[in-house]
Amino acid sequence: MRFLPIVTQIFLWTAVYAAAKSGDIAGYSSTDIIAYYLLTMLARAFSSMPGLASGIARQVRDGEIKKFLIQPIDLVSYLLLARIAHKVVYYLVATGPFALVYYLCRDYFPGWPEPTVFVVFVGSLLLSFLLGFFLEASMGMIAFWFLEVTSLLFIYMLFTFFFSGHMFPLDFLPTPWRTYVDFMPFKYMAYFPAAVFLGKIEGDAMWQGLFIQACWVVIFVVACRNMMRAGFNRYSGFGG
Amino acid sequence: MSAIEIRGLQKSYRVYQKKEGLAASLTGLFRRDYRSVDAVRSIDLDVEQGEFVAFLGPNGAGKTTTLKLLSGVISPTGGEARVLGHVPWRRENEYRRRFALVMGQKNQLWWDLPAQESFRLHEKIYRIEPDTFAQTRDELTALLEVQSLLGRPVRELSLGERMKMELIAALLHSPEVLFLDEPTIGLDVIAQRNIQNFLKHYQQQRKITILLTSHYMKDVAALCQRVVIIAHGEIIYDGSLTGIVDRFSGHKVLSLQFGNETMPSDLAKYGEVLEIVEPKARLRVDRSKIAEVLSSVLANHTVEDVSVEDPPLEEVIAEMFVLSAEKNESAAAPVDVH
Repeated sequence: MRFLPIVTQIFLWTAVYAAAKSGDIAGYSSTDIIAYYLLTMLARAFSSMPGLASGIARQVRDGEIKKFLIQPIDLVSYLLLARIAHKVVYYLVATGPFALVYYLCRDYFPGWPEPTVFVVFVGSLLLSFLLGFFLEASMGMIAFWFLEVTSLLFIYMLFTFFFSGHMFPLDFLPTPWRTYVDFMPFKYMAYFPAAVFLGKIEGDAMWQGLFIQACWVVIFVVACRNMMRAGFNRYSGFGG
Repeated sequence: MSAIEIRGLQKSYRVYQKKEGLAASLTGLFRRDYRSVDAVRSIDLDVEQGEFVAFLGPNGAGKTTTLKLLSGVISPTGGEARVLGHVPWRRENEYRRRFALVMGQKNQLWWDLPAQESFRLHEKIYRIEPDTFAQTRDELTALLEVQSLLGRPVRELSLGERMKMELIAALLHSPEVLFLDEPTIGLDVIAQRNIQNFLKHYQQQRKITILLTSHYMKDVAALCQRVVIIAHGEIIYDGSLTGIVDRFSGHKVLSLQFGNETMPSDLAKYGEVLEIVEPKARLRVDRSKIAEVLSSVLANHTVEDVSVEDPPLEEVIAEMFVLSAEKNESAAAPVDVH
């Protein structure tokens, strides 16, 4: 089902380019954009964490979180391992369909990138998994302070969807927004790996981007840990 | 050294006082009224290694709060506690590997997985040696007779079966201290007895320290040598179960079965008449007068059968709670019965 929107995307962008009459928009040709869309889909398969934050929130609300206070087990490590297991199973199932779609759409791609670029691409996919995990886990930890976080998570979801570049390349954004987006972690969850693969970000900028992505991961690892500690203290101080 | 040492332990919760209505809800966004609720006021308690102690008390007395404090789920507002030399709310892994908490109303097992998978998870979490794990698991499942249920998803088990699985999960890492919060709640009489027998046997074998809260007096009578009664966040009794009746009940129940002669109509002079079903009668008699009343009844009437009993334990304890609530209202000072 995940692949169905591809067809609409292809029609949509073909129409957009036909109307635009120029061969490229912000440096993206009409085939680039389809390739970009397919690549962000792959990146989202790494960085999206369905049910992570809401799962933490639910555990806090119904008290199941106590398990992690009583048993000698670390909540964040546990969730991370569970998520890795979840993703591995998902990739096992999804590899076939993904390969098929990519094969069918092979003409949209400019060809395999250079080995260095490919390494950075894979590296940033793996980092996008970690970033997605720790960012969303941090969001989930907010549930220690506000019992009801559904609407908050909804806003977060919209933000990620829009500013990660999942809908269109971030290069399309007008000037002030384009700059703001560079200061946010979201673009590393879809836009960055795809742009690297397509050669839209090259050389030093590519390595710099990978480094900043790694920094975001560290920031959210620390944030997530501290929020968990503070959350547990609050939980044990007030409720239980 | 005692297994559990508690000194002046206190816990008060801050509770948000929400008023009714939409306007009040909106005001609540900006200004909130909180009320402090003292769940545990000041508890001192020592429990020796290998003791089986029951916590009794009405709902909201502070039993569960005390167990949560001792298992590190919540941290206290004041006072100290040490379990096996550890401060529970520091939640050191070393301590967490040495105790277990079983709550009758909450489950620790994974709902959709068979119990044996949850047990495997516990093996890893508690870093149990594979040999020890297999041995303990087999021993516990045999004792509780649940071998055939190990592969069935937990959600398909009956309440009693699930409780047995919960107990096994909690005991796999051979905890030295076990906290049981109403382990038999909602179970039928047979399942209750099964659990009781198991706990009794296990405790005698392993000599572990167990703290149990329960509303079923039968649990307590079957298992615990020592009873601690908590009401309004304070300990009001600490001693044996039979001691409760001696200390708190001022009367006995006298049952009489009269002979062929008609029932005497002046039974009320001996004590309060509880029930008359000819030819039987039950009287409530002051403990101090029981000998006197009995000899006088026997001298004046033909009695075929007679028995003198203590009032039911539940009744005595209920009476005691009411008494302590009254005292509590009149004076906030602790009630000392020692």
